[in-house]
Amino acid sequence: MQSRSGSMLYLAGRALGVLFIALALTGTALAQQKNPIKIGFSMALTGALAGAGKGALIAMEIWRDDVNKKGGLLGRPVEFVYYDDATQPAKVPAIYSKLLDVDKVDLVVSSYGTNEIAPAMPIVMRKKLVFPSLFGLAVNDEFKYNRYFQIMPAGPDPKLDWSRGFFQLALEQKPRPQTVAIVAADAEFALNAAAGAHRNAVGMDLKIVYNKTYPPATTDFTPIVRAIQATNPDIVFIASYPPDSVGMVKAANEVGLKAKMFGGSMVGLQFAAIQKNLGPLLNGIVNYDFWVPEATLNFPGVKEFLAKYQEAAKGKGVDPYGHYLPPFAYAYLEILGQSVEATKGMDQAKLAAYMHKTTFSTVVGKVKFGKNGEWEKSRMLQVQFRDVQPDNLEQFAGPGKRVVIYPKEWKSGELVYPYKK
Amino acid sequence: MFSLDLLANAVTAGILLGGFYAAVAIGLAIAFGQLDIVNIAHPAFVIAGSYVAYILNARFGLDPVLVGVMVAPVFFAAGAVIYRIYYAAFERTGQESLSGLAFFFGMMFIIEVVLILVYGVDYRLVSADYIGMTIQLGYVGIPLRMLVPFGVAVALTVGVYLYLSRTFMGRAILAVAQDRLALQLMGADPVRVKQFAFGLAIATAAIAGSLLIIIGPVEPSVGRQYIGRVFAIVVLGGMGSIPGMFVAALLLGIVESLVATFMGPSWAPAVAFGVLLLTLALRPSGLFGRA
Repeated sequence: MQSRSGSMLYLAGRALGVLFIALALTGTALAQQKNPIKIGFSMALTGALAGAGKGALIAMEIWRDDVNKKGGLLGRPVEFVYYDDATQPAKVPAIYSKLLDVDKVDLVVSSYGTNEIAPAMPIVMRKKLVFPSLFGLAVNDEFKYNRYFQIMPAGPDPKLDWSRGFFQLALEQKPRPQTVAIVAADAEFALNAAAGAHRNAVGMDLKIVYNKTYPPATTDFTPIVRAIQATNPDIVFIASYPPDSVGMVKAANEVGLKAKMFGGSMVGLQFAAIQKNLGPLLNGIVNYDFWVPEATLNFPGVKEFLAKYQEAAKGKGVDPYGHYLPPFAYAYLEILGQSVEATKGMDQAKLAAYMHKTTFSTVVGKVKFGKNGEWEKSRMLQVQFRDVQPDNLEQFAGPGKRVVIYPKEWKSGELVYPYKK
Repeated sequence: MFSLDLLANAVTAGILLGGFYAAVAIGLAIAFGQLDIVNIAHPAFVIAGSYVAYILNARFGLDPVLVGVMVAPVFFAAGAVIYRIYYAAFERTGQESLSGLAFFFGMMFIIEVVLILVYGVDYRLVSADYIGMTIQLGYVGIPLRMLVPFGVAVALTVGVYLYLSRTFMGRAILAVAQDRLALQLMGADPVRVKQFAFGLAIATAAIAGSLLIIIGPVEPSVGRQYIGRVFAIVVLGGMGSIPGMFVAALLLGIVESLVATFMGPSWAPAVAFGVLLLTLALRPSGLFGRA
């Protein structure tokens, strides 16, 4: 009898267990069947900025998967709706119109880069949406939109803060440099960077001996570097895009540029493939960066994120280390996700108010936005390439090759001056 | 800021740059100038050549120029096949003007997308001992990164010119460019001649691509920035004239370099294309074109 009741209890227990599992599975399935939260964006997946754009997309997908594994946002799964803008600003307005009017996305975030963010602004503003944006330099200077939030740590006065460190470092040197050459690509980001550099140089009493722009389709940079050399500047500030940055560095080496400090705002020198190819030509260059694998920048979660990124990036023809853009692409969605959870909805006014008042914890550290949607306090890094060896990709995975020399609270070494000492 | 050494360096840089432009434009001078095929995808073939140079350089350490020469026959074969498709689909039915343009436009996108899917969108570069070295002749510095492409471009131009002017098939190509019907009446097959010539045009893209990646990094869509420039060179030189194309390329390179040095690089394309317009106004058939 006892054995019969025991087996009955055993069977009842098993049945309850099966029922519990079935209910749990049904619950999960129901949660998954809930309307997904759709996040829409355009991204540079082809064209000149595609290297960074695809890396950003990988990072964003890692965030989406991380969130969905934890049950989604507000119990709803997260879905992306995105289109390739082919690095063509003219395509961006149509993409955002489609995202909002046809795809009916719930939230939007920006594409990568100043030139692709600015064309989306009028559409996003008309719909009064919060607009987390990815690496736009001083885009909101013109729009003054109070729901714009920029993840790039340029700072409250982005044009000035962008190059402030470069010039402050120069002025701390002895003898104090007197002259500067400024050269920039004819495109939104580079022109903004050059405008800030110009103001910094004037504000710091440096004489500007060369101040020109070049068209983006330039093939050979030696005439430009020779023209700069002819003005004999103490420091050279360059605002360039990846292929131009390579051309500038090679031309500076070939011409034997005698400037004491060289660099500033060269996009591309953060990418592993370019770093490997340029090798020792990079030594001494001082350039901006946002995150490098130095001990001072070891924020909670960043290494775990990079491990996931590096695994996902294999065989996709994107930057294998992902130090430059991907952590920030993850972080701007972290901020959006945290805001949605905290405000328990997608009311755009509430989201904007929350994003303005909150200090967010992200894989790129603490982020607090100022009134204009830029970081309340600049964290623009200036790094100097050191002891770079030829033909060695692995050397850039760890610390020591891009030493943080500005600002003080994050620095991991001192500036070696002059350039190519 | 003007000085003689700056002037000499600017002219030298312009000549070297012009040589590279010639290498990119020579295939178009054959296809567009002589065969009347508006191959807008030519720069995309050049980029494909750059990728082949990159792959073999990265895997086996082969010199990019050597790779360009080695794979030129493969590009030749590809060009011949593409012409056959183009002929069967458009030229034979007389639809080559607009539909043919769309065909090559589509081909450009196909090449770009295939490169993106297979190799991704990261920038690709090559290594060679001479990249980064400079020869100093008095106060003129000559970077080997530009000199090697110039030397190869000169050899390529001379080779194509001699081939077209001294060989039977070369003369047949010139003949089909002038009067296709007359060639047919003499018993030659103009389609085969054009197929061969188009293959030759695409073969030069392999070499031009290897030169491009020596000069700077490439990604799949970078070829688009050369479309306007190479068509301008072919028109400026005089449609179909190989020497004219070379002189036009040098002219464009020198003007760009001088303007970049003395006026500011932003003016370079405007002034260079201004020279093109002025030349065409004075000489509508181009520098070496037949009036």
